Amino acid sequence: MDSLTDKIRTLCTGLLKDGKVDMIVGFKKGTIPMSSCPCVARTPEQAKELIWDSNCTLNLANYLTNRKEKIGVVAKGCDSRNIVNHIIENKVTRENLYIIGVPCDGMVDKRKIRALFNDDITLFSEENNKLFVETASEKKELDKQDFLKNNCTTCIHRNPVIYDELAADPVEEQKIENRFADVIKIENMSSDDKWNYFNDLIKDCIRCYACRNACPLCYCPTCFVDESNPQWVGKGQDINDVRTFHLLRAYHCAGRCTDCGACEEACPMDIHVRAFTRKLVKDSCEIFDWEPGLDPNKRPALDTFNPDDPDGFIK
Amino acid sequence: MGNLLEHIGIEKDRLHFSWISSAEATKFVKVAKEVTESVKALGPNNRLVKKLG
Repeated sequence: MDSLTDKIRTLCTGLLKDGKVDMIVGFKKGTIPMSSCPCVARTPEQAKELIWDSNCTLNLANYLTNRKEKIGVVAKGCDSRNIVNHIIENKVTRENLYIIGVPCDGMVDKRKIRALFNDDITLFSEENNKLFVETASEKKELDKQDFLKNNCTTCIHRNPVIYDELAADPVEEQKIENRFADVIKIENMSSDDKWNYFNDLIKDCIRCYACRNACPLCYCPTCFVDESNPQWVGKGQDINDVRTFHLLRAYHCAGRCTDCGACEEACPMDIHVRAFTRKLVKDSCEIFDWEPGLDPNKRPALDTFNPDDPDGFIK
Repeated sequence: MGNLLEHIGIEKDRLHFSWISSAEATKFVKVAKEVTESVKALGPNNRLVKKLG
């Protein structure tokens, strides 16, 4: 991982020095162990702060929306797919981007690791798929594979789909037999069980909208939840309002969601918000044979009409 | 939309989609009957219904 950090720093310093880009969007070290923080570097000095490790979980495409500058962006597989989405949706132009692709072997799930310890983590480091985690009272060596984020375990696009330069050799893509086992499990429940499952899922939601803010797809100038005239959804903690928010937010991501997991990463209440979007990822995959963010020259499934589109639901 | 609503626990028979031309009165009657019958069979809906006061 350190070699990746070095490579990214060298590439970005070069780009800024040569004036090829006005700014770099990447990650810098977070203020607590096992965290990273999206950052913008405008000078070669600032580029020296850039890092890459298994905590670079957020999606940097989120910081490109409507930008007009020349931007260098560090992008793992899912970020690159969201960059493609952005290009398709005219939120950024390809010419203004210099994409530094980072083949990714998965990000770690902080929650799973924190759950192993009784006290706060004071040190986190990694080497060759091993994680070294320390707290004031304990020290553990963990296998990275066992602590991947959920969405990373079902990811089949670890290598960037679009880039100008790669920071490392491409990694082998995962072969996953049943990518949607989790969705199928819910699909097989009765209506009552489904209802209760989702009620239980969102019961801790505090409507902070961190999931929306972290999502590169959620770039509307005014989100439907913030509208007051008309007010689409109540602003309180009524369970129906909370559910409406999650339901509609998910639906706005239909055929666009790359399952990058930024929403879950940002959630302060550890809510599995992807449970909503996963169903749509599965549906667009199965109904329209569509996976978003793979080709900037293809129009999205919900943006095109084809006489062969399945219409079994219309009576 | 129908799939996602069903996924989160709204019964499949509550939501119907149809395309009826203004000239298709008989189709309209047929669909309206089917909709009311299947919704009646399910009983009153309490899901995603906000209770005020």
